[in-house]
Amino acid sequence: MLTILFDGIAYGMLLFILAVGLAITMGLMNFINLAHGAFAMVGGYLTVILMQRMGVPFLWCLPLAFLGTAALGGLLEVTLYRRMYAKPHLDQVLFSIGLTFMAVASADYFMGSTQQIIQLPDSLKGRTEWFDGALGMGHYRLFIIAICAALTVALQLVLSKTRFGSRLRAAVDDQRVAAGLGINVNIVFLLTFAVGSGLAGLGGALGAEVLGLEPSFPFKFMVYFLIVVAVGGTSSITGPLLAALLLGVADVAGKYYMPKMGAFTVYALMIGLLLWRPQGLFSRGGKS
Amino acid sequence: MNHRMTKRSLITTALVTAGLLGAGISSAQEVFKVGLILPMTGPFASTGKQIDAAVKLYLAQNGDIVNGRKIQVILKDDAGTPDTTKRTAQELVVNDKVNVLAGFGLTPLAFATAPIATQSKTPMVVMAAATSSITQASPYIVRTSFALPQAAVGMADWAPKNGIKKVVTLVSDYGPGHDAEKFFRDRFIFNGGSVAESLRVPLRNPDFAPFLQKVRDLKPDAMFVFVPSGAGAAVVKQYVERGMDKTGIKLIGTGDVTEDDILNGMGDNTLGMVTSHHYSASHNSVLNKKFVTAFEKANNGLRPNFMAVGGYDGMRVIVEALKATKGKGDGDALLGAMKGQLFESPRGPMFIDAQTRDVVHNIYIRKVEKINGQLFNTEFETIKDVKDPGKTK
Repeated sequence: MLTILFDGIAYGMLLFILAVGLAITMGLMNFINLAHGAFAMVGGYLTVILMQRMGVPFLWCLPLAFLGTAALGGLLEVTLYRRMYAKPHLDQVLFSIGLTFMAVASADYFMGSTQQIIQLPDSLKGRTEWFDGALGMGHYRLFIIAICAALTVALQLVLSKTRFGSRLRAAVDDQRVAAGLGINVNIVFLLTFAVGSGLAGLGGALGAEVLGLEPSFPFKFMVYFLIVVAVGGTSSITGPLLAALLLGVADVAGKYYMPKMGAFTVYALMIGLLLWRPQGLFSRGGKS
Repeated sequence: MNHRMTKRSLITTALVTAGLLGAGISSAQEVFKVGLILPMTGPFASTGKQIDAAVKLYLAQNGDIVNGRKIQVILKDDAGTPDTTKRTAQELVVNDKVNVLAGFGLTPLAFATAPIATQSKTPMVVMAAATSSITQASPYIVRTSFALPQAAVGMADWAPKNGIKKVVTLVSDYGPGHDAEKFFRDRFIFNGGSVAESLRVPLRNPDFAPFLQKVRDLKPDAMFVFVPSGAGAAVVKQYVERGMDKTGIKLIGTGDVTEDDILNGMGDNTLGMVTSHHYSASHNSVLNKKFVTAFEKANNGLRPNFMAVGGYDGMRVIVEALKATKGKGDGDALLGAMKGQLFESPRGPMFIDAQTRDVVHNIYIRKVEKINGQLFNTEFETIKDVKDPGKTK
């Protein structure tokens, strides 16, 4: 029972790291980026390449995956995404899904279609059992939870307490006025997009072990990201966090207690929640 | 602009000429055509790669001219989607006038093509797909891979004799998974074992944690697994991570899980895992050693797996049938000559049952061991001449 709860939380945290970047770009920048999963995949493949071909230890791969994907995200923001901000949402969706198809095909071409396998360092491989095995915790899952908690706190602080956070919020609310006040809107959006992509890359690197990594990754998990963002709402960090946790626990518990229902539990839960609160769990009503 | 136009028309001319030339040659020498349809891209590309390499190897080793007729293999990629397979097969039969269709990496791909084989009376050699009922989809299908129930009952016979009485099955929720579950369970219960729970995992399942935890809490003697090979690596890893190897739950399954192509990548977690299958790259015979060495040499060190052996034997069946019919490419005559072929394959002795057109071969019980720093499935018990139990009823 406790083990199921623990596994669910770890899985939810992982979903959160993967989806939070999407919540940021969608909620703060008002841009629907369906290629988010592709950035996560890039992070995963970066880790695989660094570890297997260059022998970089796993723990170093994580920040490198973050930086690498963030750089890629920044580059694409300047060259491609920037032109799409003012376009209608349908254009954004079509553009980013096209990008995803290209990413999937490239991954298939360069890395092959087989599932990539990562060998974790021994320090993360163990398992701790408490209460006569009633609560078993894989160390790697503990590690995911710790990273995710730290990230949440950091993000929340940056967005609400720092000057950059207030500039970003100002730029989102009214670009022209913000620019008139001397805020360099382009730089603010560039940084935000890069960080959002970087977070996806970090999630992909962390998730390669648990979720598996292959070229169809962006499509496989796109639904999960969108559920997290749709249920959690995009107006805060805590919304997606709680939504991700809820989904993680529901998915794991559903599969444990009702294996016949399989993956359906999550969708049933999402339908229920959205019927109850169409704007998402934590939206400040009236907006959108 | 003008420049581009010239270039394009040049290319067109070149293509047309090449096409005409190709047509000219084929009619002069009466090329015997094999339409090989495989997933060369997409998630099952490794299957296509293995079979393609094995078919090439067979022709390179045994020559591609029979009774003065050259054998031409036309390779087409279906990316693992049934619609494409069907359309490609149609084009091959109608436009290219192939004498034999071959390949078929997955069950739905074989089913989609079966009606075309029947209508055009073209023998269809299934080199990979393993669901039991495939050979019943068309009287023109001959299978050289294996039928999943063969492997599943092999394990169900071995396990009860070796202290495994209570089992939980964990299979992917699709055709072959259901086959594996059903045939393992029926035979295992018949042999006096009990199945505590039969879990089906969605095919696109991100995380095995809840299913494995369920198995752990049920405390069986062993967990019987059938999942596609990529997912197999994840199952084995999470099985160890969950400490299940230490709680005395053995991991058993059909050989797909520890297949040779990815076994080394799965790492030492697999050591000691017992599986049942018809082929291991470490099968101890002169023919197999020759096969493995030649295959690795021709493919940059890639180790052949059971897919490769299905393709290799499939090509043999086609070539021998052509020889038996003295180079005539007639569909029914070829089919007749394919039925009943009995020969030694790298997997061991095998036989195409004339009645079911399905393969009959030994099923081996194997254990993962480390030999010279590499992981192999070492065969330690043989169940002789296993017929597909799906067809004995």
